[in-house]
Amino acid sequence: MTGVYVQLGYIDLAIASVLLLLAGGLSVALNLGLEKSLGIAALRTTVQLTLIGLVLKILFELVSPWWTGLAALTMILLAGREVTARQNLRLRGGWSYSIATTALITAGGIVTILALTTAIRPEPWYDPRFALPLLGMMLGNTLTGISVGMERLSATLKREKDAIEARLVLGHTRRDAVRPYVREAMRAGLMPIINAMSAAGLISLPGMMTGQILAGVDPTEAVKYQILIMFLLAGTTSIGALMAVLATSWRLGDERDRLRLDRLRAR
Amino acid sequence: MLSVRNLKRLSIGPIDLDVAGGEIIALTGPSGAGKSLLLRAIADLDPNEGDLSLLGNDRDAMDAPDWRKQVMYVPAHTGWWADTVEPHFAGLERARVKDTLHRLNLESTALGWQIANLSTGERQRLALARALAHAPKILLLDEPTSGLDSDNAARAEKLITDIAQDGAGIVFVTHDAAQAERLGTRRLYFYGGGLHEVAP
Repeated sequence: MTGVYVQLGYIDLAIASVLLLLAGGLSVALNLGLEKSLGIAALRTTVQLTLIGLVLKILFELVSPWWTGLAALTMILLAGREVTARQNLRLRGGWSYSIATTALITAGGIVTILALTTAIRPEPWYDPRFALPLLGMMLGNTLTGISVGMERLSATLKREKDAIEARLVLGHTRRDAVRPYVREAMRAGLMPIINAMSAAGLISLPGMMTGQILAGVDPTEAVKYQILIMFLLAGTTSIGALMAVLATSWRLGDERDRLRLDRLRAR
Repeated sequence: MLSVRNLKRLSIGPIDLDVAGGEIIALTGPSGAGKSLLLRAIADLDPNEGDLSLLGNDRDAMDAPDWRKQVMYVPAHTGWWADTVEPHFAGLERARVKDTLHRLNLESTALGWQIANLSTGERQRLALARALAHAPKILLLDEPTSGLDSDNAARAEKLITDIAQDGAGIVFVTHDAAQAERLGTRRLYFYGGGLHEVAP
């Protein structure tokens, strides 16, 4: 640490909340009807973050592989639910949730464990102070990639049904017929992380790096961490989005090379 | 040539049907009766069950793409997966493509046309040409002349007759009773999920 960590008091938070009141006032003045939503969202963020702060404090003190694992699993299941909630077109029979969760566990799990055991190497490797924030960042980005990829694929296959079936009736395999749309969905899923990597440092200072700098870490050290995180995020998002898009494509077809849009339902 | 036994899918069947080489079966029936669904089921595009075979070869023993190359369905309104016409004829023998286009009153320059600029009739004729260029043994045509003017409809009918004479078996859906009588060597009426023979 090179700087001094400035501790925040409740007064500081109260001052910041004045801005929230300003936003609410604007909503009332301009008749936007958002003041209630703003209030509820602000209350939720306060309660949720306070609670997670307490949970993390307990977990960090315990340093138990079981409790850390349980917390990680809960995070993954919630992320899977979030992916499903964002889908306008879902696979019937809980398949959207299963695919998203499996992709999150595999991609997020592998990359987080890899980072903990090779790059960051805390002692023990599952130390929740490192494992949980790292997993959280992986899940946050991967769930965006997965949900964008799955949503794009389902919507495109539905929209391009006639073009795909035109190929199927001519004897093309389903794999060939859907390949361009699988590629398009993968690109859509990976675009946010590619954009984030391109803009990092120029347009935006990534959240984790900003947090470390505010906490007094030397900027050049914080940057190293951020680059590591960016690479990990790119890896986990690619693996997760690829798995989820391919699994969705598989589920929207069958062994007789048919397009099975009957397995989709609109929200 | 094509044997269909006990074909069932939601609201359709059980259906038995035999299509011989050179035969042209006209399929009529009220809108919404499921004529298109029947053709789709024969082409194995939707989940269905039944014993189907072509020239004695069971459908279940064939890969679905192989089956569809030989038992080819041409929908009333088909899709296009590229911006111009040519990629839709990729991998096919050039002379055969040109001949088919010519017989449907389309110039071979049609291959360079933009799909977005095509009229309904041009799309319909190109879709027919695209299927015919594959030389399938059975053709399942869903309202093949519905978007065509009378001249082009007559050309398409002539081509369908020629192809049957070359040995292909054809099942076509039509709402035009006169066309069914003119073109069909056999007529079937589809109603209540089943096929009924129309007396000649």
